[in-house]
Amino acid sequence: MKVSILQFPGTNCEYDTEYAFKKLGADTEIIWHKSESIASDTDLLVVAGGFSYGDYLRSGAIAKFSPVMKAVTAYAEKGGKVLGICNGFQVLTEARLLPGALKRNEGLHFISKHHHLKVENNDNIFLKKLSKGAVVNIPIAHHDGNYYIDEAGLKDLEANGQILLRYTDAAGNIQNPNGSVASIAGVCNKEKNVFGLMPHPERAMEAVLGSADGIAMLEGFFES
Amino acid sequence: MKAIVNVFLKAGVLDSQGKAVHHALDSLHFDDVKDVRVGKQIVLQLDTQDKEKAMADVTTMCEELLANTVIEDYNIELV
Repeated sequence: MKVSILQFPGTNCEYDTEYAFKKLGADTEIIWHKSESIASDTDLLVVAGGFSYGDYLRSGAIAKFSPVMKAVTAYAEKGGKVLGICNGFQVLTEARLLPGALKRNEGLHFISKHHHLKVENNDNIFLKKLSKGAVVNIPIAHHDGNYYIDEAGLKDLEANGQILLRYTDAAGNIQNPNGSVASIAGVCNKEKNVFGLMPHPERAMEAVLGSADGIAMLEGFFES
Repeated sequence: MKAIVNVFLKAGVLDSQGKAVHHALDSLHFDDVKDVRVGKQIVLQLDTQDKEKAMADVTTMCEELLANTVIEDYNIELV
């Protein structure tokens, strides 16, 4: 299992992501954004979190024009598995590899805390180790995590099982921290090979640090 | 030539910043304010006098980068 992790100027979760996947037994490689290709033996490409290009203009807006993004798009279009976490999710929506957009949190504050999430669909490689309706405890840390999609788009997401996770309380009741449409915390594309979420599973790998629920999420990528 | 690009969240997309500013204006007793939208203005200095070309170029810039048309509208003024 080879995991390639993108690094833009301002990315700051690449080493946490590397730690998480190494802990699960993967080989990892960090790819600087100026690279025009990604390793051909890549099994999973992760767009890591952080503040690419200082979030200038809009979160993820500048990163989508980095040289490496052409290779990312080509990889995704060939069916390669791509995971965008936090700023990575923002980059993937800006690049139109995922539907919708991320706006400023409704309460305007940066939110950094553990939050419960309910698994909405598990018929995808990412969440297949978790049961539908399972509640996990994963940290969120974002300013622009307010997911927006228009009504027609939301219907599509629901019809195609593209909603991965929703923000809830510990009992699985909707609890929306940032104003996201339908309390959506993560989505995938129609083909179910490109995944994005605002919460940070790579920061939930050690029970002693608050939660190890990220393990069951990231492990999904390990079996074909 | 100068191009002034205004970018705003689309009507129907909740503008949290606009709402917060509206609340603040309310608390200052500006009771006539009905709605507030906060956007951004991008000013481009262009090295051309060809208005048609400038408009076409800036429109492409907006579509590709300056605005995210999933959530934002834009308008362009050439001066």
